[in-house]
Amino acid sequence: MARAVRGLSTSGQRARGAGRVRGLGVVALAAVPTAFLGVLFAWPVVAILRLGVTDGGVAAALAQAQTWDLAAFTLGQAAASTAVAVLAGMPVAFLLARVRLRAAGWVRTFLLVPFVLPTVVVGLAFKALWPGGGVATIVLANAFFNVAVVARTVGGLWAHLDRRAEDAARSLGASPWHAFRTVTLPALAPALASSAAVVFLFCSTSFGVVLILGGGRYRTLETEIYLRTVELLDLPGAAALSLVQLAAVVGALVVGGVARRRRERAAPLRAPVTTARRPAGRERWVVGAAFTVVAGLLAPIVALVLRSLSTRDGWGLDGYRALAGSGDGALSVTGWEAALNSLQTAFDATMLAMIVGVLAAVALVAAGRARGRGARLAGETLDAALMLPLGVSAVTVGFGYLVTLDALPGDLRTSPLLVPLAQALVVVPLVIRMVLPVLRSVDDRLRQAAATLGAAPVRVWWTVDLPLAARSLAAAAAFGYVVAIGEFGATSFLARPAAPTLPVAINELISRPGELNTQTAYAACTLLMLVTAGVAAVIDRLRAPHADVGEF
Amino acid sequence: MLTVDRVTVTYDRTPAVRDASLEIADGEVLALLGPSGSGKSTLLRAIAGLESATGAVRWDGDDLAGVPVHRRGFGLVFQDGQLFPHRDVAGNIAFGPRMQGMPAGDRDRRVAELLELVGLAGYERRPVTELSGGEAQRVALARALAPRPRLLLLDEPLSGLDAELRESLALDLVGVLRRAKATTLLVTHDQEEAFTLADRLAVLDDGRIRQSGDVIDVWRAPVDERVARFLGVTAVLPGEVTDGRVSCAFGSAEVPWARVGTVTVGLRPHALRVASTGVPGEVVARARRRDHTRVTVDVSESVPGMSTVDAVATMADAVQPGDEVRLALDPGGMAIVG
Repeated sequence: MARAVRGLSTSGQRARGAGRVRGLGVVALAAVPTAFLGVLFAWPVVAILRLGVTDGGVAAALAQAQTWDLAAFTLGQAAASTAVAVLAGMPVAFLLARVRLRAAGWVRTFLLVPFVLPTVVVGLAFKALWPGGGVATIVLANAFFNVAVVARTVGGLWAHLDRRAEDAARSLGASPWHAFRTVTLPALAPALASSAAVVFLFCSTSFGVVLILGGGRYRTLETEIYLRTVELLDLPGAAALSLVQLAAVVGALVVGGVARRRRERAAPLRAPVTTARRPAGRERWVVGAAFTVVAGLLAPIVALVLRSLSTRDGWGLDGYRALAGSGDGALSVTGWEAALNSLQTAFDATMLAMIVGVLAAVALVAAGRARGRGARLAGETLDAALMLPLGVSAVTVGFGYLVTLDALPGDLRTSPLLVPLAQALVVVPLVIRMVLPVLRSVDDRLRQAAATLGAAPVRVWWTVDLPLAARSLAAAAAFGYVVAIGEFGATSFLARPAAPTLPVAINELISRPGELNTQTAYAACTLLMLVTAGVAAVIDRLRAPHADVGEF
Repeated sequence: MLTVDRVTVTYDRTPAVRDASLEIADGEVLALLGPSGSGKSTLLRAIAGLESATGAVRWDGDDLAGVPVHRRGFGLVFQDGQLFPHRDVAGNIAFGPRMQGMPAGDRDRRVAELLELVGLAGYERRPVTELSGGEAQRVALARALAPRPRLLLLDEPLSGLDAELRESLALDLVGVLRRAKATTLLVTHDQEEAFTLADRLAVLDDGRIRQSGDVIDVWRAPVDERVARFLGVTAVLPGEVTDGRVSCAFGSAEVPWARVGTVTVGLRPHALRVASTGVPGEVVARARRRDHTRVTVDVSESVPGMSTVDAVATMADAVQPGDEVRLALDPGGMAIVG
């Protein structure tokens, strides 16, 4: 024992080159994402929480029955939405992974559209279908938004599962259903759990959908935080609710993190070509169910497009024409200017998110390979911490910016960079989740081979990691771009009135009376959908055949 | 010249390699032979600079402690090649020269030269994903040799190939290594591979180097029974060496290289042959091999203290379990242990 310990300490002192340098490199890489997260997330959130706590009303707010009613409703609707999304997503996952039909490719591309649609648009689409609103619409809308997460995550793993395990079960006397339940489902469990955790997270913090469909009747923690912060100026109440939300989110992240770790270790890159075949027998029923889900996903989209085209006197393009104006003074800019602003802001946000996200992913990969327990623990902590922005109220973050960013040099609060920075915060976790599995799947010995051939660490990354991950990097950038375009929560809080993004403008328009305003909003939604669908198609072209082990 | 001086590699407080020392002279091929899990790949990785270790790795006397992997000039070939999937054959081989800043024209010539050397002339534009296992391993070797490394590290280079290909590629590899005059460390668990390729042998077991020396010396005279068993010895018995002859319970044979005195004799299956004269015994098991028959013979009645021994018979002998046979000593399969 003493000998082993001495061995360890001497290895530390002598620092046989490679080890020490690599350790420093990891720390340097992790510095940028950590600083980004610290300044743009942790600091504002902590500041807001402290603001609430020092006012002394937190305990009182936590004691109120209403707080716990809100929490119960939030978690309840999130659980229901997650259940619906999982049930609807499974047949679609089967379709994507195991069925060789030309339509499957189209479904795959189309699925991305609901996921990256701005929440405002999804809210409006369901309002167009069920003007009455209610809990069921909220659940359905949240599920609509997230079917793609389940289908693509589970489908990605499913396509890589060796079909022979099922065949073995069948040859031992199991029925197809029994083989699925006892062999396939357990193998899919990590992907299922990890996607369910992510969906639960999204649903429990969903803002735009609940705001539009819930109206005054149905409120979640997220909308209540918004209400209390912006309209009632009840900071202690908002802080208390934020704390409750944070606790729920951390719980969901831990569950998801455990499942994800199992999965990223477990899924080697295997070509999915051999596992897909034409459906036969009862599989046709599953395929039928999958197409029913897809039809269900199409309905709100079609309803929205129809609404944008219908005027009081039949069909017309009035709404689209009105985009050239400012909606009877509802907006300070024209619809087209808002659209342009959206594209520009999202571009800046994507660039920022790619820099931070890729650096973080590279640091996480390096930390995961490190021998020391400390480095691995640090990596896992950073991994989980980088997911937190997905689950903390965008309103809390946004309001935190207004409180804290004064202290920084340069006037960030009124800077046009503020909105891109906030959007980047939302996009970074998605970039990491898409890039990380691909980088992790690069065999470390390829890097070692490059090193023995004379490539320095940066050169190794440039000549090995980058070319192998290039397509998923591009896909992550495109994906981040549409998510940034559609981001509503933080943007609605931070966008300057003189420079609204399209989702903010849509919300402005819809909250004003007037037929034309409503119609213009629907037209703008259609526009957003077209952009989204276009980018989604590009993403699917970009994703390398083996890259779909990444999530979403 | 490579000098490894008391190198220890520790994983999570358990040493995987302990106090390993060895030397490789310029142009020499040293095989590091050991069972799986013995720490041989770890030692190779420590030499390459891929593992942190205590002790010293020196090249021509210079300590390489502060020299990172990419500045050591040590080429490495993995068991499964690890070719860059996004580059073609030429792109893989030209990688090292490119890192050295070699101009494009010279690089192309170097690639052609190496493809010629490994017997794959004209393969430049092939995608590496379409190569067979043997071709991929040749390209991996060419890639490692391209930047003219001062030391070549081969990590079980032939283990991933099927038996026939392994044999022919091993012979090719000998030629390539001789022609390239590459100083080489070969890590393998396969004795045949080690004997085919190496000038010298180091036997690693449980993280320690048990013995090193010329291939034939180690093979004839393993230091202890454990090493002897790893080198194919299946039975040991006492013996006496006088005048260049060893005598033991199975008879006597010429061993001019052995030291005089009381010794432990190690017998590989080939040391005992089914013959018309010799020690009698009863066959208890038989297994046919590609070019001979392996038999297990019960000799407890004729050799006190021994139960069964392994021996070989020719295919023509047609022995069956239950047959009475006689076993004659063949010095080619003997070892003097200790």
